[in-house]
Amino acid sequence: MEQLDQLVGQAVADFAAAADSTQLEQAKARYLGKAGALTERLKSLGKLEPEARREAGAAINAAKTEIEGALEHRRSALREAALQAQLAAEALDVTLPGRGTAQGGLHPVSRTLERIEQLFASIGFVVADGPEIETDWHNFTALNTPENHPARSMHDTFYLEGRDDVLLRTHTSPVQVRSMLEHVARYRDAEAMPDLRIIAPGRVFRVDSDATHSPMFHQVEGLWVGETVSFADLKGVIADFLRRFFETDDLQVRFRPSFFPFTEPSAEIDVAFMSGALEGRWLEIAGCGVVHPNVLRFGGIDPERYTGFAFGMGPDRLTMLRYGVNDLRLFFDGELRFLSQFR
Amino acid sequence: MQFSEQWLRTFVDPQLDSAGLGHLLTMAGLEVEEADPAAPAFKGVVVAQIVEAEKHPNADKLKLCKVDAGTGELLQIVCGAPNAAAGMKVPCAVVGALLPGEFEIKKAKLRGVESFGMLCSARELGLSEDHAGLYALPEDASVGTDIRAYLGLDDTLFTIKLTPNRADCLSLTGVAREVAAITGGRFSPVQIEAVPPASAARREIVLDAPEACPRYCGRVLSAVDAKATTPDWMVRRLVRSGIRSISALVDITNYVMLELGQPLHAFDNTRLQGAIHVRMPRAGEQVLLLNEQTVTPSADTLLIADEARALALAGIMGGEESGITLETTEVFLESAFFAPDAIAGRARSYGFASDASHRFERGVDPELARTALERATGLILDICGGDAGPVVEAVAESALPARTPVRLRPARARRVLGIALDDAAMLALLRRVHLHVESEGDAFVVTPPSWRFDIEIEEDLIEEIARLHGYDNIPAVAPQGSLMMLPSTEHGRPVWAARRLLAARGYQEVVNFAFVEEAWERDFCANENPIRLANPIASQLSVMRSSLIPGLVGNLAVNRKRQLDRVRVFEVARVFRRAAEGAPVPGFDQPMRVSALAAGPVVPEQWGERGRTVDFYDLKGDLEALFAPRVLSFAPCRHPALHPGRSAAVRLDGDEIGVIGELHPVWVQRYELGSAPIVFEIALDAVLAARVPAYAEISRMPSVRRDLALVVDVGLPVERVLEVLRAAAPEQTREIALFDLYHGKGIDPDKKSLAFRVSMQDTRRTLEDAEIDAAIEVLVSAAENTLGARLRGSGG
Repeated sequence: MEQLDQLVGQAVADFAAAADSTQLEQAKARYLGKAGALTERLKSLGKLEPEARREAGAAINAAKTEIEGALEHRRSALREAALQAQLAAEALDVTLPGRGTAQGGLHPVSRTLERIEQLFASIGFVVADGPEIETDWHNFTALNTPENHPARSMHDTFYLEGRDDVLLRTHTSPVQVRSMLEHVARYRDAEAMPDLRIIAPGRVFRVDSDATHSPMFHQVEGLWVGETVSFADLKGVIADFLRRFFETDDLQVRFRPSFFPFTEPSAEIDVAFMSGALEGRWLEIAGCGVVHPNVLRFGGIDPERYTGFAFGMGPDRLTMLRYGVNDLRLFFDGELRFLSQFR
Repeated sequence: MQFSEQWLRTFVDPQLDSAGLGHLLTMAGLEVEEADPAAPAFKGVVVAQIVEAEKHPNADKLKLCKVDAGTGELLQIVCGAPNAAAGMKVPCAVVGALLPGEFEIKKAKLRGVESFGMLCSARELGLSEDHAGLYALPEDASVGTDIRAYLGLDDTLFTIKLTPNRADCLSLTGVAREVAAITGGRFSPVQIEAVPPASAARREIVLDAPEACPRYCGRVLSAVDAKATTPDWMVRRLVRSGIRSISALVDITNYVMLELGQPLHAFDNTRLQGAIHVRMPRAGEQVLLLNEQTVTPSADTLLIADEARALALAGIMGGEESGITLETTEVFLESAFFAPDAIAGRARSYGFASDASHRFERGVDPELARTALERATGLILDICGGDAGPVVEAVAESALPARTPVRLRPARARRVLGIALDDAAMLALLRRVHLHVESEGDAFVVTPPSWRFDIEIEEDLIEEIARLHGYDNIPAVAPQGSLMMLPSTEHGRPVWAARRLLAARGYQEVVNFAFVEEAWERDFCANENPIRLANPIASQLSVMRSSLIPGLVGNLAVNRKRQLDRVRVFEVARVFRRAAEGAPVPGFDQPMRVSALAAGPVVPEQWGERGRTVDFYDLKGDLEALFAPRVLSFAPCRHPALHPGRSAAVRLDGDEIGVIGELHPVWVQRYELGSAPIVFEIALDAVLAARVPAYAEISRMPSVRRDLALVVDVGLPVERVLEVLRAAAPEQTREIALFDLYHGKGIDPDKKSLAFRVSMQDTRRTLEDAEIDAAIEVLVSAAENTLGARLRGSGG
């Protein structure tokens, strides 16, 4: 029996000494293989008396179980070591930069326009559009600005060679007229015309170029025509918009009497922030007013029954205020070092 | 318009400081653009008299002065001014004074002599740039008076931006009337007395164009001293209104214009012949103007003429030959009403503007002419002396602007403004601005005063109510409306989706000008007859673009100059072309396009990916992604901007929707781009169209794949091969896709090998080998017969 104990001790030591699974399997063969020490002993049992055989057999089987346990233990240890080695070998430098391409981005004014559209869509304004080469009629006449009207000198208008009835639109306001005419046509046969609520972003043009003026810039026109629309509604909508757009209640909005041929009463809208770099300064950001009855008439709408308000704001200015841009011209230079800041 | 607060306060003096007054004006619609102090802050400077001026014992250029500054003793002051002389009155900064820039005057020792103060030039007080010598004050200036009080320096210069409807505020009287109306303060207009004639000298006036000039007052003043000095108070008010003092007569006409709003003109009476005619021009007539410009007046320009010749452009500018000079002794003074329509736009058409035309084209009070003439007469007699003749007034009453009564329904005003102001309150507001109001049923009938040109319809009165009630007092309310959902289509997608997709694929959005240089249209669009601007701002911004590509190429050039190698940009904008019909503006087509450009490395330089220059297929992949799941087709094309072998027309469902290609090497070189960019330009409406997905049954049967390698002519477009294979394929074919292209060793140089993956599947059963083999056989023979292809690996 001592011999068996010795054998088990020997096997456990051999297994522990095996550095990898090959050596371990070789060691296993020495004890449990066909010609292994333990197998030999089992074979030799036949020569014993039955009583002695049973006793010896039990002892051998106990030793075998012990050796097999040691073997399995060692196998598992080696597997674990191999896995650890593999994992160590496979380790990456996770600080290396990710692979692939760079992102582009939207133009900063586009970001602003998208937000304006979303905010106004939330109270039922749909996006409308109009041509940039516009008729003189839509740009001026239908907006209550006849020939020789002093207001025409407020816009320095680009004209096209060879055509005096068209121009590059000086504002997005002609979209008001186009939208009204379409709306009226759509509901011609209906008993009641639903409210018309549009927002019209776009590019406009004036003969002007310096640090604060670009010959092409953006405007957003808004128009709401209905049976109960008032100046108080206009004030409410604009104030609400500005607080949502700048995501702060920390600003003041001021409506100041002004003059546009296509609205009456008219107002300029100033905003002042109550903190930050521009604290306390009134900044002009839009013109607005109650739609002039002549404009409603040109749009095919009865000014006795319907009233409306309209506004035109400068998204370039809003973008500058929102992101702290200090030079309008940067928007139109196409310089990626500038544009890529707004990704 | 610029004016002095002190002057304004002589007409109306509200209990407000300068800032409060400025705010009030702004909120009344007279926007204050600037409010500047008349002089910088300083103190301790008084009127002083130099009693003695001796040479400084130790310095040639300095003087030692004894000065009486009203302190009871003579001050010893060292002074370097060349004009310092005994008897002169000058500003003196006494010890303790603080000059502009926080400069404190202390007792000092100059070249060994003590000095107790400083005698000042105008520049040292920040009053002008004049530093030639001491600021010489008038002899009657009272010694010891604080200079700020003496010169009225505690004044604010307001610059207000007037909207075109408020011509009535183009004068101190007008602004004062408005301030009084808003504050409820007392308005004290200048008291004007008629000057009785002291001579019989008169000149007749004939209104030949009464519609354009319904009223003209004139008066001859004799024995006038044109060289008289304009009094300081008048010069100060003019200068603080931004008007230079020129001579007494000119200053007086300007002064009256500022004070009352009536432009006047003074002729040298000795240069006039016979009666004054206010008439339209005769053919070929010319006028030499005061600004030395000779104009040939257009047929609609009103003239002032005498019996011999045209003298002046009425209401715009006087003539050089009939104007007053310092030698003038007889003046013919004109004070007239010219109709706005007769003046509007004329000055601009001659390339200038004048204070007179600015006022007349917006509307001058038609009842003001005689009063203003009396006012100017009084001032001339006071300042220049002389004898006034009788006022000669020609008037065509029927052509004077009528002030038609306007109805105002208070209920409508409340509805339009969203306020709850009662009728009595409205009535009070209207009366404050001198509107004549009578009640008629539930409406007011309102007659505006002669100076208001902007009250013609009910809305004009609603605006007055809003303004006088105060825009600040109109509530800001959340509007009420019936809730209806907005349409939201799945048959299209918003432009933002396309923008974001391109941004996600590395493109940066740009906004380029709609007008470009003519060479771009010629080079990139072969457009020899672009849409030209009549008044471009610069030659490189002179024609409307018919393509977005040149702008993007320009962006590339700019960024290459900034050492940016990898450039990816896109723009969504309109392009402009002439069109026979064109909508919505006849004659022009103005479609929206989306255009993109990529140049330089396909990925930013990085450790993990081998660099490669972006090529046609990269951009094509981006374009296909923009349309996925819709499938585009491409056909070789020619485009003036693009490499002829590397450009394609882009089609969707058979319609041509745009173009893609590599920039032509000639332009790459000419525009110094370094390497060739790849560009595309596509109709935006095609990009934004979308299909609503529809379910198709998913097969549970196994799918089989067979590969098919065909050898074809090297120039044969793959799309053509796919077309033929797809047309020949049996219905169980799910997909035929190219997975390899080989050209090189083992293949004829004029051939290429194309490997296709053919996937087949039936929805109801498993396909048998024989069927599959037969299908492949069909594909191969179609390719052989139609395209001259052969199976790769097969002989022959």
